[in-house]
Amino acid sequence: MGTLALPTIRITGGRIIDPSRDLDQVGDLWIGRGRVLADGGGEEAEIVVDAKGMIVCPGLIDVHVHLREPGNEEDETIATGAAAALAGGVTSVACMPNTIPPIDTQAAAEFVVLQGQRARQVNVYPVGAVSKGRKGEELAELGQLVAGGAVAFTDDGAPVADAGLMRRALEYSKMFDLVIMQHCQVPELTVRGVMNEGFESTRLGLGGMPAAAEDIMVARDIRLAEITGGRVHIQHISTARSVELVREGKKRGIRVTAEACPHHFSLTDECLRTFDSNFKMNPPLRTQADVEAVIEGLKDDTIEILATDHAPHAREKKMRELDLAPFGIVGLETLIPITVTRLIEPGHLSWPEAIRKLTINAAQLLGIPKGTLRPGADADVTIIDPSTPWTIDPTQFRSKSQNTPFGGWEVRGRAHTVLVGGEIRHTLGGIVHQGESGIAG
Amino acid sequence: MTTWSRKHLLGLEDLSREEILAILDTAESFSEISKRDRKKVPALQGRIVFNLFFENSTRTRTSFSLAAKRLSADTQDFSASVSSLSKGETFIDTARNIEAMGADVMVVRHPTPGAPHLLSQHVSSAIINAGDGAHEHPTQALLDLMTIRKARGKIEGLTVALLGDIAHSRVARSNIQGLLKLGAKVILCGPPTLVPRSLERLGCEVAYRLDDVLPRCDVVNVLRIQFERQQAGLFPSVAEYSQFYMMTQERIRIAKPDLLLLAPGPINRGVELTPEVADGKHSAILDQVRNGLAVRMAVLYLLGGAVGDARP
Repeated sequence: MGTLALPTIRITGGRIIDPSRDLDQVGDLWIGRGRVLADGGGEEAEIVVDAKGMIVCPGLIDVHVHLREPGNEEDETIATGAAAALAGGVTSVACMPNTIPPIDTQAAAEFVVLQGQRARQVNVYPVGAVSKGRKGEELAELGQLVAGGAVAFTDDGAPVADAGLMRRALEYSKMFDLVIMQHCQVPELTVRGVMNEGFESTRLGLGGMPAAAEDIMVARDIRLAEITGGRVHIQHISTARSVELVREGKKRGIRVTAEACPHHFSLTDECLRTFDSNFKMNPPLRTQADVEAVIEGLKDDTIEILATDHAPHAREKKMRELDLAPFGIVGLETLIPITVTRLIEPGHLSWPEAIRKLTINAAQLLGIPKGTLRPGADADVTIIDPSTPWTIDPTQFRSKSQNTPFGGWEVRGRAHTVLVGGEIRHTLGGIVHQGESGIAG
Repeated sequence: MTTWSRKHLLGLEDLSREEILAILDTAESFSEISKRDRKKVPALQGRIVFNLFFENSTRTRTSFSLAAKRLSADTQDFSASVSSLSKGETFIDTARNIEAMGADVMVVRHPTPGAPHLLSQHVSSAIINAGDGAHEHPTQALLDLMTIRKARGKIEGLTVALLGDIAHSRVARSNIQGLLKLGAKVILCGPPTLVPRSLERLGCEVAYRLDDVLPRCDVVNVLRIQFERQQAGLFPSVAEYSQFYMMTQERIRIAKPDLLLLAPGPINRGVELTPEVADGKHSAILDQVRNGLAVRMAVLYLLGGAVGDARP
């Protein structure tokens, strides 16, 4: 559909929260030709969305997802992952390059973009590998990756372990002003680890991954960002000390940013007592003190981004003995409810603060023209029902995989209706009406 | 006697003091059978007990097989090396196949902590954990408890040291749970790389120098040292380990005169214990083996759905 054919939409009566403009007010949002309009221009809307009692905000952006294509289509494809994003209220995703083969060439990046376009669900951005083959040895062709559509670089799944390579990556990437996203973890300290190292791992007899493995690399990379002037982004921050290091780095003016995932602010390593592999992820669930530090970091904006680390795994791979099951959980379809139930409702973050971490901050990290409802912007809009209770049911996920620790949780907060590029692509129904006459009062 | 209501035996952490005592009391009554001329009772006649061993074991498997046979159950062994596991069949599928063959009880050993717990969610047979990685080995701890109780008449108030590689030991974890529940004082002793300090939170004392704590001990349980731990850099050499932690005649002299020595075996003579100590008057190693049979009969009896009171 060309943008000319797109309908005029009036989203009426919702609480519009657009942190890019410090906007938080009840009102109408007009959409036309795929873009946000300043107002209706005196004309009638072709579609009216009754958003009373709902939150209307820029489409959410998830800077950290694994859509598994190419190579592991049994876990997820770009189409199914993008559908999961849409159902979860996420209109833009940044795909990690740990695919088979990895996204370390222009052609590979273009493939991700193309599959995203074919899926026609949400905006799909590739993140390129830092090193050729993600082997951590020599730099990938970062410039050509940018030409292919890459919006950041990472070897995620694994850290860039070599300090020299990390330094060069931070230096070289300055010519694109793009960020290096780092999975911070010293590999030598996590050999055979499956969970956080501590009292729980000791009593369960499971291999531990100490918090220090993360802290040490966070400290190293912040220092490397300092001496190079490059941009480092700490992925899925999980330890109290790492949060402290980022806070301190920011104070000193170093270009460091950080993201936190819902599981790291809502669950602890005590969950592993069940031996359920849906609690196995990397970095692992930590202690209550770490959870509280992550929440504190979110509150004082040390951690400016919320992301999921959506990591689908087919049932036959995940439902195994804990040592053999792969790391990771799906997250796109539980991002909103866990954020609402664990951050907003307990009063840790206000709605605008949470939405800021899911929209404009994420857009700025990636340097993409998204995350705002400024007139003229792409009309990616997420309408959230903040209050109706619902139960998370993994069998209803759009994702190809169901590996979530949140199944059965009673929650509030759900993407009700989602627009991408001015088109209503997802709705739970009942609030979308054809024409102005469709709506009473 | 307490009525038994548990379906599985996954670990001593799950059990109450009363449940542990119930197993020990049942085991006492079974140990008499071994002294009979006809060493067999019909308690589990017509039941099928499967040994599912995904890790090498001779002693534990033999002990379980014999225990099941003395209760008149049919037994069958299944080892991962000769199975379709090597052809890619998953652990759960394998267990389901065995369930379909009518297994009433599965005795499971697996290198991964929690593997028996996972199985208990997928099959309807009773599961007995015969060792899951470094997590638990409940029947070993139960036989250790039985051996201590028989030798000393009680467990409460005794000081028991677990000596050696605590970090990688399922025997240690189950013993800690059982001993603490029955009121013993537990000392964990070994090199700092093999003794996690965080276990103090369970109420154990952590010590690195055996000679400092040995005079206080009523019981020392000598854990087996795996040589691959040395290769992994957790201690510099076997010789150095032995110098600090081997139970020798010299160390026996600084211990209490009635010190009881346990070892879950198989033991490395000249590494964890000298031959004189292993075969000496303090050693209860062979009592442990005898009691192991009785404990496993008790566990199989309680979990195997014995009909009526077919006990001796």
